[in-house]
Amino acid sequence: MKQRVRYYDSVGSRAFDVLNVVFLTGLAVVTVLPLLYVLAGSFATESEISSRPFFLWPHKFVTDTYHYIFSTDTFVRALLTTVGVTAVGTVIQLLLTLTMAYPLAKKFLPGRALVLNLVIFTLVFSGGMIPTYLVVRDLGLLDSYWALVLPLAINPFYLIVVKSFFQELPEALEEAARIDGCNELNVFLRIVLPLSKPIIATFSLFYAVGIWNDYMSPLLYIDDSKKWTLQMIVRQLTAANADSANVLQQLETVTFPEQGLKFAVVVVATLPILFFYPFLQKHFAKGVLIGSVKE
Amino acid sequence: MATDLVPEVAQPAAGSPRPASTQRRKRRTPNFWRYRWLYLLLLPGLAYFVVFKYLPMYGLTIAFKDYVPFLGYSGSEWVGLKHFQELFTGPDFGRLLFNTLLLALLTILFVFPAPIVVALLLNELRVNVLKRSVQSLVYIPHFLSWTIVASLTYLLFSVDFGVIANWIHGLVGGQKTDYVAQADWFRPLIVLQLLWKQTGWGTIIYLAALAGVDSQLYEAARVDGAGRWRQFWHITLPAIRPTIVVMAILTSGHLMDSGFEQIWLMTTSLNRDVADVFDTFVYYIGITQGSFSYATAVGLFKGVVGVVLIFGSNFLAKRLGQRGLF
Repeated sequence: MKQRVRYYDSVGSRAFDVLNVVFLTGLAVVTVLPLLYVLAGSFATESEISSRPFFLWPHKFVTDTYHYIFSTDTFVRALLTTVGVTAVGTVIQLLLTLTMAYPLAKKFLPGRALVLNLVIFTLVFSGGMIPTYLVVRDLGLLDSYWALVLPLAINPFYLIVVKSFFQELPEALEEAARIDGCNELNVFLRIVLPLSKPIIATFSLFYAVGIWNDYMSPLLYIDDSKKWTLQMIVRQLTAANADSANVLQQLETVTFPEQGLKFAVVVVATLPILFFYPFLQKHFAKGVLIGSVKE
Repeated sequence: MATDLVPEVAQPAAGSPRPASTQRRKRRTPNFWRYRWLYLLLLPGLAYFVVFKYLPMYGLTIAFKDYVPFLGYSGSEWVGLKHFQELFTGPDFGRLLFNTLLLALLTILFVFPAPIVVALLLNELRVNVLKRSVQSLVYIPHFLSWTIVASLTYLLFSVDFGVIANWIHGLVGGQKTDYVAQADWFRPLIVLQLLWKQTGWGTIIYLAALAGVDSQLYEAARVDGAGRWRQFWHITLPAIRPTIVVMAILTSGHLMDSGFEQIWLMTTSLNRDVADVFDTFVYYIGITQGSFSYATAVGLFKGVVGVVLIFGSNFLAKRLGQRGLF
């Protein structure tokens, strides 16, 4: 330890350390500044947003924008839709992933290799946007909330990570349960699942974030604007030249804070994720090494 | 202990008729019935893959047909490579290929090395609290949707009230620039978004590799008189080289994937000439205009190139003496 300290004491090394700390701190600050600005802006008055160049704390603290967006049917409906689809979707995704990963973790199971290869192949090649769209259409799922969940029901990366996790569980426990007369279903439900709480927590958060953030599925499959999710609303409101008031279909006589509105909508669509972020962060390293490559 | 018991219990008295028959049955077919619960568990997931992954692959056949919804997949007429000819000789192909490849090139030049550099710098950070705080903060954007990222870009760069746009205007002066709408600024903004969203998250995989380096190597190097720079050059960098290779293979497999959501959200009527890539083109042609067969052909072309790229770069990596993916 002492030797290490002495060694690192050269002037160049010191200077590098200082620069490194400055650079990385700066990087972290620059990364979160846009978010903090939007948060501050959502509580500011319209005139402050247009007059002050940049601020992290509004002079006058107002919640008009939030009152406004929560008074519109369009926004509230989208929020509820998104919450509902995310909750139901995450449960379905977890169920399918866990139940499929368990048999795939059993090396003795005849046919396992075949199924595993079928799964891995989908990572390299896929039917693509249009053929998938046609399958969803032929199943009669267009304009149905199911279209936001079922086509993404299993993420093959997550499936493989969960499978590897199951493989590493101590075989002796399962063996003991089998000898005690448990069938495989009971072994899975009573032994394996309780041991898998950390990985279940991790992937429920990953899946939930995935559905919450999904923009492509509603864009492809949902025409009816009454069934739009939050991401669609955010897009409609903040896109260049968007007419925010018309999007929320409010009476023209109502005065609304045009820019602050956009800020507030972005905040509401972001906040749940930032709220769960500390929990996510605790677990994600495990899932990442295989799963995070590109989404 | 428990495993010792099993064969004893399962071993019936010699000469009884049962073991012979079970043994014979076992030899003929695998004992599927014994694993019925496992197969039952497997079934829903397998059904998902068949319906939502492999049915679409069958649906790719319409790339070689003139698909009419009324006639269905099998009833539509075969037209061979007509749609591919249309794609390769049509006016859009050159522009799509150029836009897609230029974005890929910019990604490789700027976005790919960024997490490596940041991970290496984080690795040199000796204050652990600071290291962890920086990590926590730079991971955040990864979890935000592209819709949010695009919205933030609009809010920060728009002409009338965008903070960054105004700031640059204050510094440079002259005419106000509409960064979001102008074609010239499309690619820089895309790269900037990718850097903001993915750099921090990308460091995780390199940091994991760096954490695995045996600290004895550094001690030995110090004893031999290696300075910090030499330790970095001879120990740290070689340690993450396999990871860099794997990530490079994966990245090159995705050269043709431009990230549909990101591009789509940043496309405006003014920048379509530079913004259109294969992914968004498939959407315009297929979903907006309803030319399913042509759009599928474009998607299939893209998919096949992707497979070739991933196997090609894997082969190349092995040729260069690195461990590949498979």
